[in-house]
Amino acid sequence: MENTLYTITVFSENTVGLLNQITIIFTRRGLNIETLSVSPSAIKGIHKFTITLFATEDAVKKVVQQIDKRVDILKAYYNTDEGLVFQEIALYKVATDKLLALGSIEQLIRNHHIHILEMNETCVVFEKTGHYEETQQLFDELSESVGVLQFIRSGRVAITKSKVERLSDMLEGMRKFEKKE
Amino acid sequence: METKTKITGAQALMHSMVLEGVDTIFGYPGGAIMPVFDALYDFDKQLNHILTRHEQGAMHAAQGYARVSGKVGVCLVTSGPAATNTITGIGDALMDSTPLVVITGQVGSALLGTDAFQEIDVVGITQPITKWAYQIRRAEDIAWAVARAFYIARSGRPGPVVLDFAKNAQLAEIDFDYKPCTFIRSYMPIPEVNPDQLALAAQLINQAQKPFALVGQGVVLANAETELKEFLEKANIPAAWTLLGASAMATDFPLNKGFLGMHGNVGPNMKTNECDVLIAIGMRFDDRVTGDLNTYAKQAKIIHLDIDPSEIGKNVKPDAPVLGNVKETLPEITQMLHHATHQAWINSFTEFEVLEFDKVIQREVHPTTGEITMGEVIRKVSEASENKAVLVTDVGQNQMMAARYFNFSEKRSMVTSGGLGTMGFGLPAAIGAKMAAPQRTVCTFCGDGGFQMTIQELGTIMQEHIGVKMIILNNHFLGMVRQWQEMFFDERYSFTEMQNPDFIAIAKAYRIDGTEVRKREELDAAIADMLKDDKPYLLVVNVEKKGMVYPMVPAGTCVTNILLGD
Repeated sequence: MENTLYTITVFSENTVGLLNQITIIFTRRGLNIETLSVSPSAIKGIHKFTITLFATEDAVKKVVQQIDKRVDILKAYYNTDEGLVFQEIALYKVATDKLLALGSIEQLIRNHHIHILEMNETCVVFEKTGHYEETQQLFDELSESVGVLQFIRSGRVAITKSKVERLSDMLEGMRKFEKKE
Repeated sequence: METKTKITGAQALMHSMVLEGVDTIFGYPGGAIMPVFDALYDFDKQLNHILTRHEQGAMHAAQGYARVSGKVGVCLVTSGPAATNTITGIGDALMDSTPLVVITGQVGSALLGTDAFQEIDVVGITQPITKWAYQIRRAEDIAWAVARAFYIARSGRPGPVVLDFAKNAQLAEIDFDYKPCTFIRSYMPIPEVNPDQLALAAQLINQAQKPFALVGQGVVLANAETELKEFLEKANIPAAWTLLGASAMATDFPLNKGFLGMHGNVGPNMKTNECDVLIAIGMRFDDRVTGDLNTYAKQAKIIHLDIDPSEIGKNVKPDAPVLGNVKETLPEITQMLHHATHQAWINSFTEFEVLEFDKVIQREVHPTTGEITMGEVIRKVSEASENKAVLVTDVGQNQMMAARYFNFSEKRSMVTSGGLGTMGFGLPAAIGAKMAAPQRTVCTFCGDGGFQMTIQELGTIMQEHIGVKMIILNNHFLGMVRQWQEMFFDERYSFTEMQNPDFIAIAKAYRIDGTEVRKREELDAAIADMLKDDKPYLLVVNVEKKGMVYPMVPAGTCVTNILLGD
């Protein structure tokens, strides 16, 4: 079976050790996490993890089942790129003198939709958002033309294309369950 | 709900446990749990604490207690090495879905992360092997955490929970307000039942010519033995059991066709690959049951009933997944079943029963010459207890032989380490089993190897007068490993032969009666002597040195690739 890039989305309670609970599930199965991004979700007290990895669908399905099984996890699901709108952010530091010597700065900025975050006599910091391939392409271009002093890329953030907001549905279901109890 | 003003955290823990219905605790005191043990001193009427000789012993005893009673087993130990000594038991309880609450002492919150004396990262270590692991750092959290711990341990698919209890929280004074936990928004213990899947399962069974049911521990955990019987009887479905599903059906129940898996009965394994509908009830298609998954029951439609959604499709992809508690889902399906006989199909098991009897059982259980065999000892003890005893086993040949040849007439009569396969489990687990069912006879079968792994618990038996009947099947070998060496490693017996102590002399040192049997003629009298009263007793039986457990499906091969040893 071919390995595909999958995005796993996890909603969890914000408790100590949650990240460890999730990552050990990957460790045990020898699966390598490509990117990981964690932040508070739209609902107060609930955190959202976005994890990408190359794996078979069977492996991803089982990992998601195991994550979902943890007591402090509200919901976990997976998608391929087709089902998602996603983005990454990258920062590039280049030397000011080399950049000025390049001459075609406007073209570079227009082509790549670059934001300039900082500029001083020694360095310039660019910001670019996009898919992995896009941020990588700019990195390759800059490396070749002026050299990159520092580079950092974030993990992926993603939202599903479908209309359903899975978490709110689930929370609604849980509320009904609580009333029944 | 219950409130108390100005009590210590340690006292709050005591009150919480009493409110959760705890009456027995297995434990071992030490520095970081001393305030709790001090509080326990005043609770000796409500909470019976059993002092084991090692924390691993306390864990397995709590497991044995939980498995026989159906209640949550409780283990109370200190920090550091005590906590790490519980790890084997925690892992064992997770694999075998045993409800436990394990309370470990911890250094005071101010010392956390400083490599303080007997500090260890208990939550970090136990997260992968618990349903929930939580560190109580403030006394205010005790009532909440304990209520949640018991709820999580016993609900849904049961399992172990760890509470790591910082010393400052044990000492601090609080106003205590206890509410049992009945709901956690991120945790759904019993999945919603899908009526379409119930109907699909019933339809598949109604259309089946050769249905076959596999019974796992899910039936035992759900107390659904009666529901299972009604389900099987309505459509006359033959059934077999996994190691942990033992005693869910009585041995003499006509539709009980025996034991599944590597050392299971021939018929059930052969019929797995012959049936047209396979109904898995509260079991998880362990590799010791399935062998090679690529050749496992490929011809059959698979129905899988389980409470844990992560088990669905984990090993075998079902055609009809039925999520839910089998106590509820089984009767729903039964209601939709047509009466059927499947007589020819049921009769077709007989030829394999005859074959297995001739090739294996005759020699193992009814020998007339040669050395004593493991199987004959087990069957004789079973019969001498009128097949009513609780069977506890260690791990290895003793375990497989006991599962094969012990007969069950009552439910919750089998305690064994199935998933983790923990040697040393048998003796302490039997202590817990006897505490849970003092009126029943509890027999533990151990090998000479496993018995010595937790032999120190003889001290617990002595001090608490726990009437456990211990049988060592002594072959002076690590028998199962030796068997594999003979079969698969060219008879190279690498470090499996054991020089053993005089077990009877050891028992005597603990003031425990016992007998050693060397000849077949002595066996019946020795067993009768063992079972004559309710006192602890050690029976050492010297069995054939090179005994083999047959039938055997070699690991990773097709379930019908059965070696009979002839």
